[in-house]
Amino acid sequence: MSDGEPLVRWQWIGDHAGELADYTAVHLRLGLLPVLFGLIISVPLGILCHRLRWLYPPVLTVANVLYSIPSLALFMIFVRYTGLTEQTVMIPLTLYTLSVLVPNVVDGLASVPEPVRLAATAMGFGTVRRVVQVELPIAVPVVIAGVRVAAVSSISLVAVGQLIGQGGLGYYITRGLQLDFPTPIVTAIVLIMLLALTTDALLVLAQRLLTPWSRSKVTAS
Amino acid sequence: MNDLLSQLRLVGDWLTSSKQWHGDEGIPHRLLEHLTYSGLSLLFAALIGLTFGLLVGHTGRGAFAVASVANLARAIPTFGLVVLVVTLAGLSTTPVLIALVALAVPPILINTFEGVRGVDPDTRDAARGVGMTGWEVLVRVEVPMALPLILLGLRVAAIQVVATATVAAYPGLGGLGRFIVDGLSRNDYELVIGGSTVVVVLALVVQIVFTALRRFIVSPGLRVSAAKP
Repeated sequence: MSDGEPLVRWQWIGDHAGELADYTAVHLRLGLLPVLFGLIISVPLGILCHRLRWLYPPVLTVANVLYSIPSLALFMIFVRYTGLTEQTVMIPLTLYTLSVLVPNVVDGLASVPEPVRLAATAMGFGTVRRVVQVELPIAVPVVIAGVRVAAVSSISLVAVGQLIGQGGLGYYITRGLQLDFPTPIVTAIVLIMLLALTTDALLVLAQRLLTPWSRSKVTAS
Repeated sequence: MNDLLSQLRLVGDWLTSSKQWHGDEGIPHRLLEHLTYSGLSLLFAALIGLTFGLLVGHTGRGAFAVASVANLARAIPTFGLVVLVVTLAGLSTTPVLIALVALAVPPILINTFEGVRGVDPDTRDAARGVGMTGWEVLVRVEVPMALPLILLGLRVAAIQVVATATVAAYPGLGGLGRFIVDGLSRNDYELVIGGSTVVVVLALVVQIVFTALRRFIVSPGLRVSAAKP
């Protein structure tokens, strides 16, 4: 970086506001759709693991192993099948969410008190109706705690996708390096963190609205 | 299926070609670089994270600060941070290592803290009741009981560091990510996928090491069910 270059040139941000908004939208899509897909996979998988205890350890091991594979390597493995497309970024990000979402669905279902389960059965609820109408709502706080972790990590990981040309705001990170100009990099980092933290706050709000009966705090580490 | 086989053959050819095993561009040298970056930053991060995690967990002071740091840290795009550090400080190893340490501290810190804080107050009281000093309670009761979570924190940090060290090849650092980044810029898919395979193997080894550690050093009475990142 040349001497005297400030960390942020505000002028640049103003000049690129429209373009920044476009990349922000792409970034949100690339970061959040995987969480949605992850949830669609994890809820049935978690219910299955909760009911069939033997299934849980192998599922968890696979999810943890997938999570441990660095994103750059996983993207490259998918490039052969899905090319330099958004799917190549979203499939690995979806797989990463499983290591948080599946355990949280299972823990959430395990947190349903036995008397509640029995009461539902005694009131004539069949298994499916009991799981959907009684057990899942009670599991919501723990599941959302997992969704928060998954969403925040997913949004911050999207940037790596720029190495295959699909990184949302990550575009400005590589651009800044090529131009030896820190402003786009700082802007991208700040915007990505803002997206992640705003999403996190909205999820906390969603949880409060979805579970008016529980005001106790649930946190995931 | 044919495609998978041809991909495997590609990796096999790359891995068995003798030029991959010699010199500065060979796998052993790149692996050593990768392990040096990851090992050093994990070591420093563990020193910082464990010290503060144990301190805050034991005294209960600063809990809010720890939780906020952990939450904020997860939102940082690691790729952006590494590229920014290189843009500002130039291409040298030390600034990037400092960034890696900064990224690895929060998971260690928060899990150590949660582990110590999660020790049943009755157990702690009992330990004091039999005459243990504060230090003895920490070392002989709280740390052993917090071990599953402490190891989880170290594992998440290790995964994070290995992944970020891979990405750090983009702004010009060495390590296993070089194969992927160089392969991409030269349109050499064999190099990209060969390098990715070595990275995946390293990730699996890290995972196995932590599973083994957990088995050997956590007290059998404490096998907590599922661990999550």
